[in-house]
Amino acid sequence: MSEPIEIGQREAGVFRISARTAGIMLAFTLVFTALMAGTYKATAPMVAASALAEKQRLIGEVLPGALYDNDLMADAITLAPQKALGLDDETRLWRARKNGVPVALVLEAAAADGYSGRIGLIVAVAADGRLIAVRVTAHKETPGLGDYIDPKKDRNKTRPWITQFNNLGFDSVPQSKWRVKKDGGRFDQMSGATISARAVTRASGRTLAWAVEHKDSLFALPANGRFEEKETP
Amino acid sequence: MSIYKDIAWNGLWKQNSILAQLLGLCPLLAVSTTLVNAVSLGLATILVMMLANLAISALRALIPYEIRIPVFILIIAALVTVVDLAFNAFLHDMYLVLGIFIPLIVTNCIVLARVEAFAAKNGLRAATFDGLMMGVGFVWVIGLLGAVREFIGQGTLFSGIEMIFPTLSAVQVLPQSYPGFLIAILPPGAFFVLGLLIAGRNWLDARANARLRQQRLHDQPPPASVPA
Repeated sequence: MSEPIEIGQREAGVFRISARTAGIMLAFTLVFTALMAGTYKATAPMVAASALAEKQRLIGEVLPGALYDNDLMADAITLAPQKALGLDDETRLWRARKNGVPVALVLEAAAADGYSGRIGLIVAVAADGRLIAVRVTAHKETPGLGDYIDPKKDRNKTRPWITQFNNLGFDSVPQSKWRVKKDGGRFDQMSGATISARAVTRASGRTLAWAVEHKDSLFALPANGRFEEKETP
Repeated sequence: MSIYKDIAWNGLWKQNSILAQLLGLCPLLAVSTTLVNAVSLGLATILVMMLANLAISALRALIPYEIRIPVFILIIAALVTVVDLAFNAFLHDMYLVLGIFIPLIVTNCIVLARVEAFAAKNGLRAATFDGLMMGVGFVWVIGLLGAVREFIGQGTLFSGIEMIFPTLSAVQVLPQSYPGFLIAILPPGAFFVLGLLIAGRNWLDARANARLRQQRLHDQPPPASVPA
């Protein structure tokens, strides 16, 4: 008679130990999840402010503040994913105006054909169809070789490679010449690292063409509107 | 006092996380392309290791032996997340440089290794000091690796320093016409340089041991059994 009771007791003991261990694990999980959630909540406003400042800094690099007088952050629209810009996600597009007259569009774009993956760009396009400036926002190009597309890494500090696009439009450089010299186009590339330059050049050309084509409807949308238009084949 | 001396010697040389234990190679090899990147990751690693060792030493009485590993991982991941968020909020400029490296620290198994091997068995002060010394041991090796790779690969030192201290700029050590030696910057270069560093450490240790044995033979004519 004593055996079943012993087994029962042992099972009860195992169960009690398991429950206790599981309870401790649960308690640790709750405490440290609460720590993370608390930190997240406490820092969220500052993180959001920093992200906004970072975005404004990037916009400031491609679009001089003297050109416009509206609140760029308020006069923005949402762009549905645009294959023509290389974008798979929604992005924001900012519209600069002076005295209410459209001056420029600032938009994000991407080149999927970098040497090692996606190259993120931010581009300012003037209302008259010129590309004001373009900057690389994110890339994984080879350090010391392909990373000259980022002016911070470009050894030519007086005239970084990426500035050769400044203030050019399809009236001065026809779209067929919007390529690197190696491909018969107008723009320089560094020997040995053509792929990075080619990707940025082609993506900036595509972005300029897209912005020129859609600029009227983009400027016409109400603030915080959404640009949905399907691309024309 | 001598326990702290031991901890320091272990962290900096004898049990060095990279040269002796070969732990944390994933962030080590990925980030050591330049001196500045390498030291930045190293400093963030010191912070996380000290916090993790401190937290686990403080909580060690509460953690059942059977589930210590999941609890350790939980605590380390939570601390890294908190450090990541705090950097983003309070030190945003530095976060722009270090940001991508901080989450990488979770993948550095040296943190879990020290927590398991040391912090779970020792008091607060010793555990925190161990985190500091293991971290410093990590920094000097990854910094050396980064410096060698940057020097061979680009002919510069401190490239990228302007992202942390805007008034400073990189030092062009080799002439501007130096074409660069790309393989030092690419992943194979990391393995080559690390291999040479480990070989160098082994050579120094072997030399020191040989000298010690020589000295013993001279000092104590009746040769007792040599301790292992």
